[in-house]
Amino acid sequence: MTALPVLATAGARVFTGPLRVAEHEAVNADYRLMRLEAPPTLTAACAPGQFFHLLCPAEGRHAPLLRRPMSIYGAEGDRLSFLYKVQGKGTAALATLPVGGSLEVMGPLGQGFRLDPGWRNLLLVARGVGLATLAPLAAAAKAKGMGLTAICSARAPEFLMSLELFASHGAEVVTVLDSDGTSAVEHLDPMIEARMAAGAVDAVFTCGSARLLRLLQALGDKHGVPGQVALEQQMACGLGMCHCCVRPFRRDGATVPLRVCREGPVFDIREAVA
Amino acid sequence: MNAPLGRPAVDMSVRIGGLTLKNPVMPASGTFSEELAEVFDLGTLGAHVLKTITRDPRTGNPTPRVTEVEGGMLNAIGIPSKGVEAFLAKVVPFYSRYDVPLVVSISAPTSADFATLAARVSVPGVAAIEANISCPNIEEDGRAFAIRPGSTREVMARLRDATDLPLWAKLTPNTGETPEVARAVEEAGGDALVVANTILAMAVDTRTRRPRLGNLMGGLSGPALKPITLRMAYQCARATSLPVIGCGGIATVDDALEYLIAGASAVQVGTETFIDPLAMPRIIEGLRARAEAEGVAAIRDYVGTLADAAEPEGVVFMQAAP
Ligand SMILES: Cc1cc2nc3c(=O)[nH]c(=O)nc-3n(C[C@H](O)[C@H](O)[C@H](O)COP(=O)(O)OP(=O)(O)OC[C@H]3O[C@@H](n4cnc5c(N)ncnc54)[C@H](O)[C@@H]3O)c2cc1C
Ligand SMILES: Cc1cc2nc3c(=O)[nH]c(=O)nc-3n(C[C@H](O)[C@H](O)[C@H](O)COP(=O)(O)O)c2cc1C
Ligand code: FES
Repeated sequence: MTALPVLATAGARVFTGPLRVAEHEAVNADYRLMRLEAPPTLTAACAPGQFFHLLCPAEGRHAPLLRRPMSIYGAEGDRLSFLYKVQGKGTAALATLPVGGSLEVMGPLGQGFRLDPGWRNLLLVARGVGLATLAPLAAAAKAKGMGLTAICSARAPEFLMSLELFASHGAEVVTVLDSDGTSAVEHLDPMIEARMAAGAVDAVFTCGSARLLRLLQALGDKHGVPGQVALEQQMACGLGMCHCCVRPFRRDGATVPLRVCREGPVFDIREAVA
Repeated sequence: MNAPLGRPAVDMSVRIGGLTLKNPVMPASGTFSEELAEVFDLGTLGAHVLKTITRDPRTGNPTPRVTEVEGGMLNAIGIPSKGVEAFLAKVVPFYSRYDVPLVVSISAPTSADFATLAARVSVPGVAAIEANISCPNIEEDGRAFAIRPGSTREVMARLRDATDLPLWAKLTPNTGETPEVARAVEEAGGDALVVANTILAMAVDTRTRRPRLGNLMGGLSGPALKPITLRMAYQCARATSLPVIGCGGIATVDDALEYLIAGASAVQVGTETFIDPLAMPRIIEGLRARAEAEGVAAIRDYVGTLADAAEPEGVVFMQAAP
C-alpha cells in the first residue's frame, strides 16, 4: 500500500504553499508593496483581475484566523506582488513580514478581466485600493497592442500611485483629486462622456468605488460601451465552497447571488448592482 | 512514506454502520465542494460529505455571512440551494469519478418533508444520507429538531421509513440533552451520529452598534468549538452503540486523535479547510505517521481508549456543572 503524498497537488491548478518575501516597503502613508519570490510557472498562470488568498502571519493573541484576499498587482518572471492598505488585523499582521520571511499563499483564484481582441482603446478608472487590481491591465493591454487611458483618482497628490507603472506601458494617465475637486462625478462625467462620444473608448474598467461604478454604468449604457468591474466581498474559503462571498447581480431579468471568489471578482459592469 | 521494513502498514480503514471508509477523515458539510479538486486529489478522502441541500431552491441569508471571532468564526450562510433536482443532475455525477462514499446532507422544515427529500436522494451514487437535523439558522430562533429527543425520534423514524441508505444524524450543541437525543437517534434506527454542528452565537460591531452578521445570529465553528463538541462526542459514544463521527474545531492530527480516543470512529474537518485547504490530506498522513510511530496497527485501535477517569457513575456531569 503506497502512502498518500502530503502535498497531494498532482494535477492541481491552484498553488498552495509558502513563498519568500523578496521586497516589502511602504509606498506612502497608507499603502505597502510586497514582492514575493515565485516560480515562473506560477506567475505565468496569473491573469490581471485574479487574486490570491493570503494566510497572514499569526500576531500574538489576536491571530487572524481566515485568509485575506488580495489582487495580483504584478506577476512577472519570478516576482508576484501585492499592493495593499493596512486596514485591520490581517493586513496589519501582513505588514510585519520581514524580507526573507515567508507567506502562505493560495492562487491564482477567480475570473480576471477579459480583453476582446477587437478592442483598440481601453479606459480604466481607478480609486484607492482599486488601483492594485486594475494596474496589471496596463501590461496586458500593451501586450495585445491596445491603447490605454488610466484615470487615477485619489484624496490628494501624495496618495496617487502607480503613475509611472501606467506610463511605462505607454498609457495615457489622467489624475483627479478630492483636494482640488477634479475627482467629483460632475467633473468626471463630461470628461468620460466626451471620450465615449468621440468613439475613443471601446471598453471601460473600474474597481473600488460604487460612485464610479454607477457613473460608468450610466455612460456605458448611453454610448453602448461595454465594461468590467472588479468587486470585493468578505471571503472565507476563497475557492467557491462556502457561499459567504455572494453579491447580487442582474442576470436574465432576475437578481441572482453570485460568488465574488468564483464567478468574479471581475464581472460585466451591466450585471453589477451598485 | 512507506512502512518500515518488516512492519505492516497501518490499517487506516474504519467502519461507519454498513460503510467501510478507507480512512477516518472527511469534510464537514458546507465546507467542501467540487472546487477543492483544484487543490488536491479528492480521492484521498475517507468520504465526501456535501453541503446541505433542500428540496426547493433557496437564496440564503443577507451578507455579511461570516465574521471572525477569537478562536473561530461565525457563519450564517442560510443554506442557499439550487434545489434537489439540480443537485441530482449536476452535483452527484461529478463525484462518480472517485472511489469514495458520497454522503448527501439534507434539511427540511418538517419531518414529512425530510422523509420525501431522503427518498428523492436515495439514488445510485449516493452511499449515505446525513440528516442535518441541527442547522441553527433554518428554524425560527435557531430551534432545530435535534434540540429535543422527541422531535429527534419523530424525524429519524420518518427518515428510516423513507430510505434504505445508511442514515447519519447530525446533532446540535444547542441542547442540554445530548445523551437523550443520541439515544433517540439509535432507537429510531439511525446508523451513525455526526457530533456536531455549530453553536448558535452572535457578534456586535461596537462602532456601528450593528450585528456583525446579516442574519444577526449564526453558528460558531473552529478551534473555540472543539472542547464542547469533543465532550458531546464522548457522551454520544457512551450513551449509544452507534458509531460517532466527531466534528468541531479539528485543525491538527492531535485534534483528530482526541476525538478518536474519546470514542469517535471518524472525524469531519470544516473551518480548517478554509485556512489550510490541504488540512484533510495533512491530517490523514499525520494520523498514519502517528500510529506508525506508536506501533498502533490499525487506526480504529485508538477509538474509545480514553484512560479511566475514575468516574463515579452518573455523577460526573453534575460535578462538572458550575
Ligand atoms: C478579490 C479581492 C481583492 C482585493 N485586493 C486588494 C488589494 O489588492 N489591496 C488591498 O489593499 N486590499 C484588497 N482587498 C481588500 C482586502 O482583502 C481587505 O482590505 C482585507 O481583507 C482586510 O483585512 P484586515 O484583517 O486587515 O481588516 P479587518 O477589517 O479586520 O477584516 C475583518 C474581515 O473582513 C474582511 N474584509 C475587510 N475589508 C474587506 C474588503 N474590502 N474586501 C473583502 N473582505 C474584507 C477581512 O478579510 C476579514 O475577514 C481585496 C478584496 C477582495 C475581495
Ligand atoms: C461556512 C459554513 C457552512 C456550513 N454549512 C453547513 C451545512 O450546510 N450543513 C451542516 O450540517 N453543517 C454546516 N456547517 C457546519 C460544519 O459542517 C461543522 O459542523 C462545523 O463548522 C464545526 O466544524 P469545524 O469547527 O471543523 O468547522 C457549516 C459550517 C461553516 C463554517
Ligand atoms: S469565499 Fe467561499 S465561496 Fe467565495
